[in-house]
This record gives sequence, C-alpha cells and structure tokens, in this order.
Amino acid sequence: MSLDTEAVARIAHLARLGVDDSEHESYARNLSDILSFIDQLNAVDTQGIEPMAHPLDASQRLRPDEVTETDQREKFQKVAPSVEAGLYLVPKVIE
Amino acid sequence: MEWEVVIGLEIHAQLATRSKIFSGASTAYGAEPNTQACAVDLGLPGVLPVLNAGVVGMAAKFGLATHSTVAPRSVFARKNYFYPDLPKGYQISQFELPIVHDGYLDIDLEDGSTRRIGITRAHLEEDAGKSLHEDFQGMTGIDLNRAGTPLLEIVSEPDLRSAKQAVAYMKKIHALVRYLDICDGNMQEGSFRCDANVSIRPKGQEEFGTRAEIKNINSFRFVERAINYEIERQIDVIEGGGTVVQETRLYDADKDETRSMRSKEEANDYRYFPDPDLLPVVIEPEFIEAVRKTLPELPDRKCERFTQDYGLSHADAGALTSSRELADFFEQTVKAAGGEGKLSANWVMGELSALLNKAGKDISESPVSPEQLGGMLLRISDGTISGKIAKQVFEAMCNGEGDADSIIEKQGLKQITDSGAIEKIIREVLDANPKQVEQYKGGQEKLLGFFVGQVMKATQGKANPGEVNKILKQMLV
Amino acid sequence: MHQKTIVEMAAGLRAGEFSSEELTRSCLQRIETHDAQLNSVITLTAEAALAAAQAADARLKTGDATPLTGIPYLHKDIFCTEGVRTSCGSRMLDNFEAPYDATVTARLKQAGAVMLGKTNMDEFAMGSSNETSFYGAVKNPWDTERVPGGSSGGSAAAVAARLAPLATGTDTGGSIRQPAALCGITGIKPTYGRVSRYGMIAFASSLDQAGPLATSAQDAAYMLEAMSGFDPRDSTSIDQPVESYAQSLEQDLRGLTIGLPREYFSEGLDAQVGAAVEAAIEEYRKLGAEVKEISLPNTALAVPAYYVVAPAECSSNLSRMDGVRFGYRCEDPKDLEDLYTRSRGEGFGAEVKRRILIGTYALSAGYYDAYYLKAQQVRRLIRDDFVQAFKDVDIIMGPTSPNTAFRLGERADDPVTMYLSDIYTIAVNLAGLPGMSIPAGMVDGLPVGLQLIGDYFAEGRLLNAAHRFQQVTDWHTRMPAGFE
Repeated sequence: MSLDTEAVARIAHLARLGVDDSEHESYARNLSDILSFIDQLNAVDTQGIEPMAHPLDASQRLRPDEVTETDQREKFQKVAPSVEAGLYLVPKVIE
Repeated sequence: MEWEVVIGLEIHAQLATRSKIFSGASTAYGAEPNTQACAVDLGLPGVLPVLNAGVVGMAAKFGLATHSTVAPRSVFARKNYFYPDLPKGYQISQFELPIVHDGYLDIDLEDGSTRRIGITRAHLEEDAGKSLHEDFQGMTGIDLNRAGTPLLEIVSEPDLRSAKQAVAYMKKIHALVRYLDICDGNMQEGSFRCDANVSIRPKGQEEFGTRAEIKNINSFRFVERAINYEIERQIDVIEGGGTVVQETRLYDADKDETRSMRSKEEANDYRYFPDPDLLPVVIEPEFIEAVRKTLPELPDRKCERFTQDYGLSHADAGALTSSRELADFFEQTVKAAGGEGKLSANWVMGELSALLNKAGKDISESPVSPEQLGGMLLRISDGTISGKIAKQVFEAMCNGEGDADSIIEKQGLKQITDSGAIEKIIREVLDANPKQVEQYKGGQEKLLGFFVGQVMKATQGKANPGEVNKILKQMLV
Repeated sequence: MHQKTIVEMAAGLRAGEFSSEELTRSCLQRIETHDAQLNSVITLTAEAALAAAQAADARLKTGDATPLTGIPYLHKDIFCTEGVRTSCGSRMLDNFEAPYDATVTARLKQAGAVMLGKTNMDEFAMGSSNETSFYGAVKNPWDTERVPGGSSGGSAAAVAARLAPLATGTDTGGSIRQPAALCGITGIKPTYGRVSRYGMIAFASSLDQAGPLATSAQDAAYMLEAMSGFDPRDSTSIDQPVESYAQSLEQDLRGLTIGLPREYFSEGLDAQVGAAVEAAIEEYRKLGAEVKEISLPNTALAVPAYYVVAPAECSSNLSRMDGVRFGYRCEDPKDLEDLYTRSRGEGFGAEVKRRILIGTYALSAGYYDAYYLKAQQVRRLIRDDFVQAFKDVDIIMGPTSPNTAFRLGERADDPVTMYLSDIYTIAVNLAGLPGMSIPAGMVDGLPVGLQLIGDYFAEGRLLNAAHRFQQVTDWHTRMPAGFE
C-alpha cells in the first residue's frame, strides 16, 4: 500500500495535524514504506481468530457510584492557555 | 403521490447517578463552570477511566423493562473527533457490542390500537461539555462540568410512521426511565433529549428513502413540530424534482424549521476502536436476576391492573399510569377514599389535573395530598356533601384551609338529607311563589327546575338534590 | 558513594555512615558535572530533592523506613509529577506542570525515595534512540557518539553513568529493555497490569507498562516492588498481591528450563552480539539450568503488527493534546481549525506525527479491518506462541537487541530500520508478558544485553535468574570510562 500526498493531506486533516505542504512528499514516502512493511500481515491466514485488544483476559472492574472528587478548578486552570470566568476559551465555535 | 413516513428515534437519557460514568466527579446540575470537571473529565495527560457500577445496573434495568437482551459481554469503544467540548478528542461510547440490544416497546395509537416499536440497542456513553457563545472577545467559553455525565442512548428501529407516533414512543420511554428511576427525565436541563431520523417513501415501497437526522430536540412538542416540518420539506423536495440529501439538520424552535448543519456536514470518519483503557464489561446471569428483582411494576402492567382493579377504561388507566408519580398519587387517593376508583380517577384527572395545568405544576407539587383528596371523596360517597359542594371544599383545601372534614364542619357545608327539614324549606319556597305553583300545576312542568334552584338557594346548596327533586314532585301534585 | 548498590546505600543510611541528604547532594553533584555530556536529565528538582532527603533522614530514625527510603532516583518525564514540568520529551508539554502525581510517583514518594529530577526521553516515548526528544538527543555514556537506545534513553544513560542509582522507565515496545541493553544496565518491564498506568502519559494503552532501570537485578527488585501493585484508578491494573521480589532472588537455578527461540538467533542478529548471548547462556548451563531450543513461529510478524496497534492507539491517545486545556497553543489562532492544526503541527515532532498519521490511517473507514483488526488477530497468534512455549520452558532467553548501540543519526531517516531494532522486544509487549534485559557481555567496548522473558506474573523468577547470573559475572558492575 502506498500513499500519495493527497492521502497524507486527508489523513493529516482527520488528525488535525499541521503538516507543511513541503513535507507532504517526505511523509508520503515514509508512510508508504511503513505501510508496505506492515503489508506482510496480509500474508497471514487469520480466519476465525478473535482479535486481541488486551493482553490479559480480564473483565472491567466497577467503581462504586460515589462522588470522590472535589473542585480543583484553580489548580487545573493554572496550566490552561486561555481561561476567563472559569471557562476555557477557544476561537469562536460556529454551529 | 401518497407518501409513507419512516422515523427512528435516538433518545439520550442521562442516567441518574451521583458521580460520572468514568470518574468520581459529581453530576449535580447547575454548578459553577468547570468546578465539577476533575482530571479525568478534563482529559489531562495520564488519566484513566474507571466504570461506574451504577450505570451498569441502570442499563440492565432498562434492558429488562424493554424485553431486550442484556449483553453478557459488552465493549466500550472510542469515537474519535475533534470538538472543544470533547476534552479527549474522543468520546467513550459503545459501538459493536452495546450493553442492551434487541427489545421492544408497545405504544398506544389514537385509534385505540397498539403498535410495537423495536428497540435496536441501548448503549452507554459519556456526555460532552458545553460551549457558551457569550462574547469573550470573540471567543467561545467551554464548560466541562457535563463532560463525562453518563448517558444511555436508546436507538429505535425505523418503526414509527408519524410525528404523533414518535411523540407517543418518546413519552413512553420518558415514563419508563422515570418509573425505573434511572433518569430524572428533566428535559429543560437536557437530561432527556432526542435525535430523529426521518425519511419518506412512496406508499407501498419497501426500500427506505434517504434520511435526514434532526439533532438535539429537547421537548415533546418540538419533536412533533420538527418531524412534521421535516416531512413537509422532504415531500416538497421530492415533488419539486429534487432528491433528499443525507445530512444532519438542526431544529430551530423559534422559526419552526429544520436547517442543515453545514459545519458538521463534512464526512465524519469516527475511527471507532475498542478503548484499550477499559476492559469488556461482563454481566453474569445472577446479576441480571438480582436487577430483575428490583424492577418496579411497569406502566403497561400497572395500566392493566388499574382497568381490572378499579374498573377504569384503558384510556383513563393509561393516562393515570403515564407517570409513576401520578399513578402513585391516584392509588393513594383511592385508598384514602375507601376504594372509590372511578370517583378518584375523575377527580385526579378532572379538577386536580385542571388546577395543576393552570398553575403549570406537576403532580408532585399538588397543593392537596392524596390523603386529603381521598378524605373528601369519602364524604361525597357517604353523602355528607354533594359533588357541587365538593368543589367548594376542594378549593378550600387547595387554599390550605385544612382537610375536608374540618372545612365541611367549619363552613357548615354538610348536606341536608333529613326529609323533614327539606319538606319544611320546600313548603316555604312554594308559599312564597304561588304564581309559579299555579303555572306548574297548569302544565308548565319545566318550572320544576326553578323550584329546585330556589330550594338550593335557600339551603346554600346543601340540600341533597335527589331528595329535593323527589319531595318537590310529591308536594306539587 | 555513586558506585554502591541501593542495598549498600540502605545499609549505610541505617548505620549512619552517611545521610540521604549527603547521598542526594552527591547525585546532584554528579549530574551537574557529567550530564552536560549526556543530556539525560531535562528537569532537575534539586531543592525538592534535598527537602525529600531531609524528610527521609528523619523517617529513617523512626524505624518506619522502606528499602527505598532516602534512596535517590531519576524519574522518566512521562510520569506526572505535581508542580513539576512533565514534558514527555515534547514541545507540546514543555510548559505543562502536572497538577497531580502519577500513581507510580505517589508510590515512590510514599516509599521515601528521593526524586532528583526528570529524565530525557523520546518524544511521547516514540523512538528507539532517544533522538526524537524536543530537548535534544541523549548520548550513550559508553560512547557519546552513539545513541543510548529509547525511549527511556535518559533514564538508562543516567543510571549507566551512575548519576543516580535508580531510574524509572516505561516500555511499550522495548523502551526499558533496549536502552538498558545498549547502556549496559538492568531493566525490567513487568507483566501488563502489574504497575499502574495512572498518570503515566499514554503512548499505546494496551502495551505501555512501567518498570525500573538499575545497575543490578537486586536493585531493580526493590524498585519494582515499590512501583507495583493494584490501583483502583487504572481499570487495567491487576488486583493481585505483589510478590516480595527481593526475597526470592537467591533461589537455586537447578532444574530451571530455558528456551532459546530459534527465530531470535537468525538473520539480522549481529554475530558478535549473538556470540556474547551464547556465552551468557553457557553461564546459565553452569548454574544448573537446562537449555533447549524452541520456536516462536510468528516472531517476524511482531514488528508489523506493533506498527499498526501502537500508532492506532497513540493517534487517539494524543488527540487530547489540542491546545485547549493545557500544553502548547499556537500564536493567534484564526479559528478553531487553525488552533487545532497549528498547535498540534507545531507542538509535535516528526516521528510523533508519522505515528499519528499511520494510526489515523489504520483506523479510518475502509482500512480498519485490513489493518487494525488484522493486527489484533496476529497479536493473538504471537501471544499463543508464547503460551505454547511456556508449557515447556520457565524462561525464554535471547538477545535484547540485534546490535549494540548505533551511531547518532544513523537511522534517523529510515523509520523501518529503526523500528526493526525492537524486533526481539516488541512481541513481549503485544503478549503482555514480563521481560528483562541484563548486561551480558561487551562487543567493541559496547554493552550487550541478554533478554529474559517470563510467563505472566513471573517477574520474581526473572529477577531471580538475573540475580544468580550477576552473582557469577561482572558485566553489570562495569562502568563507562569517564563515569567511574
């Protein structure tokens, strides 16, 4: 599988990742190399094999429904780029 | 051409837990912005989700109440997209393996028949935060208090055929989640909202038409209006030679129209995959049986029982069981009224309901308790007061003047049933109106009403009307 | 002082030979003097370290101390440390002072260990050479023209140079074991779920696991014990008691069965590295272990499967780095799209972007089945190979890395070759097994690592086997010239 620069641009947009136009080519090459390396998986017969999402066959543990957290807004917002009146600010969202 | 409407609803019910679905932050409504958004809700680097046990039990309850399968194994997945109210850049939801699937609910149609609506699935997910568009130097403010609030998304089959049916279905789900005590159903606060998938097709065609999804409708009235608007719009488009585009639309209640949400139109590719931070949710049969034991009597069953136990019509029983609070109020009233089901039903759905409607109040805010109301109905049925006087007593009770007995006593409203006393009053009335007596005897029998009125006036309405009629007729012979 | 093991340090502290404050000052001094050559430490927290050392000294007097009380360590900058910059080696988090402690941070604090500072690492732990860090490459103390391995390269280099006796690391595809091998030290990645991931900035959630880097298996045993244990904040944490690893170190190795996967000794392995590993295995024979050849037939599929799974998970994990609530935000974003695209474009380096792009692609509509699902199926095949193997053997051994440390810049432009340097370590993460690397020889003045792979929760056995080896060899006591 190889990727062209257009595909790189499309994926970069999906990932909201700024990639300079000048870099599209080298990413396309790198990514194509990686993908063709990955393509050896296609040679494996995996019919009927259950995908393994977790290393251990465990099930989800449940937390009791209790409020355990207190307000730490001040502390959390100290590391925020832009806040006002307790809100995180972002450029205007247009619905 | 005759068109058939096809509607499926996706209802988001906020589950009534104390803490969030994946964190220990409070879900209480109305807090200062971001004071209930903990490190996990904010998606700070390094944090991890842990599932709230409460939501699993609630989802299981819903599953059992809708004849659905409660999945022995369900999986949380990440739905990836960027939006400022979505802190992690993905929403934790369920995709391939939801916790509840394949159930149904019966709704009552206007013609008295019922229609079975399939429930495709109900899955658990986290809510997003809120964007506030007030002006912060041209910026948008983000409040993440709501982020991580547990939601049950209930997806119906495309089995609904009109806006009215959609509303009936939504109301039924609304009643159900409140019966189950898993959602407060508060639509103003966004605890219960829905998206509607609407399409049309020529009558008789099997294939579905292209659908539009109307997002985030938060009242029963708007659901009906939005869907009806959308149906008209689609018919206009097709009959005008166009084609319906698959898209997301927003209902604008002020303008009463739906419009395309262009900003979200770009093809979304959510890249779902199993969330590696969470493990499969395994539900054992014993757990399901334990949940089953906690189920309350559900609306359909209750409705049936009301028709049998109280001799109510299906429509009346349906109305009284439309909410758990109302049904409970009614039953407590019946109890206090010595088992007078029909009379209780008439008063709860009549006087009381009219009063509440006028004041814009809910049954839980009723100014009279079921015990008070039942106590008064007892006095009607034992003949102490007439139905007419009862209205006066009811009004006094609503004004907080005490219970029925003390009001009757204090205001001397007790009905006069002693025939001797009534006879005496009638005599006085007849004596005072010789001309009318003569006319009556001359054949103008409709004057009977005049005499009854006079007697009632003289007794301030306290005379038993049946007795008055009977005695009057005897005395006018 | 810096040549002591932590067992010796703990004894010295208790005997009053020196205080934790002195020990700490000595480490800070060594960092000051030597780290300019290595670039292994990116944040030094001298003041807090001295305060913690003083508190440890007081605690030692009360008798309520743990084996780590008063012992200095360096912390990989992937772990959140409250009030201290937690950069993950990225410009994206260069300004991020974590508002909370990771569970590992809190556990080490509770044990009384003294954090000296935070170590350099590949950006978001994505790399095998420590060249992708926003703070510049780390150099290998054995040859400063060479890489220390990655992603825990700063931790490995610092311990190898004896700047600190212990350091934390994380291992997603070999990030503890490979740098330990390349720097000639001991490192262990425990079973997935043994150490809490809470507060450890996620790279690939189903593969990430933290562990210690130390100069000996014995030291690593104490550190791992302190780091391990159930954490209710991590759904993937295992609720199973932690063994006392230090207690079982001395167990006899007679009767131990060691499996050598033939696929780990084939094409691609440097001949001299292979010879050093064979020699180490010979030591095990002498210690009474039985050695047999085994097969892990799907070995070659581990790297390609990993380069689907890890990027897929990371592409999603790193979405939270969006310039809204913390971290880097671009100047004057003109709209929301611009805020996201530029903050992420400017905040992430090239390797991170490559992996986000690969992962996004592998999960996108139309490719999910071909890539992600396929890789997860292959993952099971790889796991099953190990399950099968552990029916016959107690420990699997082989090289940690096919080569010794390579030159800085040598593989920077060739991602696939770079990825292949983790060929022997990656399968262990896919399976979730514990794995370890110990120094086992030298080739041209550069260390060679021996990898030990155990069955689930067999960390104790691995540390025991490593410790017995270190009792009869001296590779782990060798120090790079100029850092003795």
